[in-house]
Amino acid sequence: MSETRTISLTVNGAASTHAVPVRQNLVDFLRNTLGLTGSHVGCEHGVCGACTLEVNGATVRGCLMLAVQADGAVVTTVEGLAEARRGEDLRQAFIARNALQCGYCTPGMLATALEYVEGGGAADRIAIRQHLSGNYCRCTGYQSIVDAVCDVIDGRAHR
Amino acid sequence: MSGPLTIFDKPNTYIGKSVPRPDATRLLHGRGKFVDDMQLPRMLHAAFVRSPMAHGRIVGIDTDAARAVDGVVAIYTGADFVAHVTPYVGVLSHLAGLRSAPQMPLAVDVARWAGEPLVMIVASSRAVAEDAAALVELDIEELPPVTDMETALDADSPVIHEGFGSNLAWERTVVAGDPDAAFARDDVTIVERRFKFGRHTGVTLEARASLVEYDPSERMLTYWYSGQAPHMMQFILAKHLDLPEENVRVVSQDVGGSFGIKIHTYGDDIATAVAAKLLGRPVKFVADRLESFLSDIHARDHIVDGRIAVTADGKIAGLTLEDITGIGPYSMYPRTSAIEANQVLNLTGAPYAFKNYRARARVVFQNKNMTCQYRAVGHPIAMAVADGLLEDAAAEIGMDVVEIRRRNLIRDDAYPTTTASGMKLDDLSHHKTLDRLVAVMDYAARRAEHARLRAEGIYRGLGLVSMVEVTNPSPMFYGIGGAPIASQDGTTIRLEAGGAIHVSSSVTEQGQGTNTILAQIAAGVFGVPIDRVKVTTGDTKTTPYGGGTWASRGAGIGGEATLQAAHALKGQVLEVAATILQARPEALDIIDGHVVDAGGGAQRMSLSDLARTVYYRGNELPNDLTPELVATRHYRVTEFPFVFTNGAMAAEVEVDPETGFVTVLNFWAVEDCGRIINPQLVDGQIRGGVVQGIGGALYEECHYSDEGQLENATMADYLTPMAFEMPDIVVEHVETPTKTSVLGAKGAGEAGTGGAPGAVMNAINDALRPLGASIHQMPMTPERILKALGTV
Repeated sequence: MSETRTISLTVNGAASTHAVPVRQNLVDFLRNTLGLTGSHVGCEHGVCGACTLEVNGATVRGCLMLAVQADGAVVTTVEGLAEARRGEDLRQAFIARNALQCGYCTPGMLATALEYVEGGGAADRIAIRQHLSGNYCRCTGYQSIVDAVCDVIDGRAHR
Repeated sequence: MSGPLTIFDKPNTYIGKSVPRPDATRLLHGRGKFVDDMQLPRMLHAAFVRSPMAHGRIVGIDTDAARAVDGVVAIYTGADFVAHVTPYVGVLSHLAGLRSAPQMPLAVDVARWAGEPLVMIVASSRAVAEDAAALVELDIEELPPVTDMETALDADSPVIHEGFGSNLAWERTVVAGDPDAAFARDDVTIVERRFKFGRHTGVTLEARASLVEYDPSERMLTYWYSGQAPHMMQFILAKHLDLPEENVRVVSQDVGGSFGIKIHTYGDDIATAVAAKLLGRPVKFVADRLESFLSDIHARDHIVDGRIAVTADGKIAGLTLEDITGIGPYSMYPRTSAIEANQVLNLTGAPYAFKNYRARARVVFQNKNMTCQYRAVGHPIAMAVADGLLEDAAAEIGMDVVEIRRRNLIRDDAYPTTTASGMKLDDLSHHKTLDRLVAVMDYAARRAEHARLRAEGIYRGLGLVSMVEVTNPSPMFYGIGGAPIASQDGTTIRLEAGGAIHVSSSVTEQGQGTNTILAQIAAGVFGVPIDRVKVTTGDTKTTPYGGGTWASRGAGIGGEATLQAAHALKGQVLEVAATILQARPEALDIIDGHVVDAGGGAQRMSLSDLARTVYYRGNELPNDLTPELVATRHYRVTEFPFVFTNGAMAAEVEVDPETGFVTVLNFWAVEDCGRIINPQLVDGQIRGGVVQGIGGALYEECHYSDEGQLENATMADYLTPMAFEMPDIVVEHVETPTKTSVLGAKGAGEAGTGGAPGAVMNAINDALRPLGASIHQMPMTPERILKALGTV
């Protein structure tokens, strides 16, 4: 149960090497070992989307991936997005639209929304709702999040 | 406009403006501070072995193998805690006759629901604690479980608490007028329905969490938790862990959703505090999702037999109901599990003027997880029953559902008044909100469109609800019954040397924007830009004493205390300024961080100049001037038990008779929550509440087997509303400020959850009516709709 393996990975631009328990999932590793507590844990089986983050350019569930599987990977968390000012328009739109209340789903929601926006998604409310449907938010009722994503797509189109 | 400017319309007010939340950026940068984000030196982690069966006698617990796991520091059973924590009982004296049995954090002798904590493992990590938990061997002799609330009161039912004689926890009957005579009239139409409201739960995305540190050298216990009522928890921990209240500090930082779930006393949380005290090391417990489903309070689980009598002209002649609810094996501590049933009795029919009412509630024990107060306590039941009966009665007598409401809603000029159930009402606007709703939803056009679509085999329906919401509770809610729950709240505001102000309040923030609206009120009333306001909430060590945020009280009660404190601080500052400037205080004002001439607005001195003079160079002031530059005010509601709000809502649905699938196409809510402090935040409350209500109406249900096993305790199996299924929700407002405060704000947190289920049910029944079917059981799943249609 305590077997470990050594992995090297790049998280938010910083490379490091760690001995990780083979059974530890990626989000627990990021939170507990690296202290990157922005990624949240909601259901631990891939349903709620709170731990959604970016690995090698793809959005993944941090709870469905083992830390050892991230050996050699490039990982970006919500902290990394903020530091790199990536998705700043999306964060500003979330503030302007009050697209968050408690903020617990927000890091995962941002990652999923950014994937849609950067993937060239249209400002189509139904398509946006469909794309966000793997991320659970108990507070907002989702409407303000859809508003924020639409605003960003419109804003980028007019830049 | 006539008369002098008030705090609501002077130039630098923030009240009524959609100010963005100052704390949103932090959360968007991944810099929130949730309990599980904290790590303390020498911190340990807890996991629990929970009862695998709904009812059983604990014969033996073998922890030897678990103790041998490397990293395990301590293992406790219920017996180990008996000397260290006193039992608690969830009763209140104003709920006469309510009974419950003493509860301990870990079950002693008998386990009474599947999921009840039995054994606590404390280890170096949660993973190690779970490894050890898997090695604990339980010897439990199964006892017959009581799971069906309708048979729980039968003479031959097993009794959960020996000595109680039956499984009845509480019973209350309300009678007004002569309901029997009303139903015996030969000129009334009577509609009877059996309504079933499924068990559901809060599913906060952040599970319950506590981190407890105990310093034996000072006997100081610090309890960080994800919760809503720090001072209540301070009292409870002190009382049951035998500590002076002042030696317990409770801190609630960022809370990842609460909705009432995190306002109760949970065995695993208390056990975490006991373990920290016994070990002298920090102990953290964070529930996993399975533990959340098994042990976070559930709510609803009511069966209501309702009956309405209406005259040919649509007037309600009488309304009666019989409510039965199963609450699990104990009444939850300290708020009790009888409040929801009590609210059903108090609130059913409360929007309407009628005299003849009888309602009885029976609250019964059962071997399932406990139910207690969750967002919109009792409201979804009361509103769905009254408005479900009313819309069905309208159909019976051939009257439009808007018209029948217009004939029965209490007149907007009839306040103050009292409901049939005895609730005191004031400052409501049912007719105004209904009129606005009918206009905004384009009612007549939609009706015509639906009639046309029905000819094409498309079944759409409209359903309305007129509702009240209990907000701003007074001491009559809990305090009167002996609960350690403050109904008043306090705010302290101090002027900082740099000219900013610091607001510290006893109401709490769980994402609804409490801290933002306190800052808006303080900034506007005192006179600084909002970015010069810092807010502290959620810490018993540093905030005034108060109740926290629940029952939609943060804005109405905490907001008024803040308004009064800001006003008092302003008075102090102007007195100092008047002395320094050789002016009369009345001739001065504070605007935009400066003392200014009240007439003309010329700046006389900055607040930082004034504060630095007082704090650094007091020698420049007369000796008899000793300014505090800090003010505290407390506020409680005095004239009313609660301050009610009202609203009118409507749902438009499409039902597919082939699949039973319901699509919510549109939803409209017209809400009157009194003075609105931040429209965007209020709309967020309404929309989030509506979606939670739609969840209860269509998807969410805790499925228990006959043996008392929760069969869908995962987020894949328990369905919550996700983005794709939800409609955009139109929110409009009527503003009738409450006269109970200067601020005039009522609550808005629960209206959506209280109103949406009834509106959705009525809409589905409107769609089904041409097919000769109806449904009165929530959630209204495709399977149940097909059953109603006779298809399956």
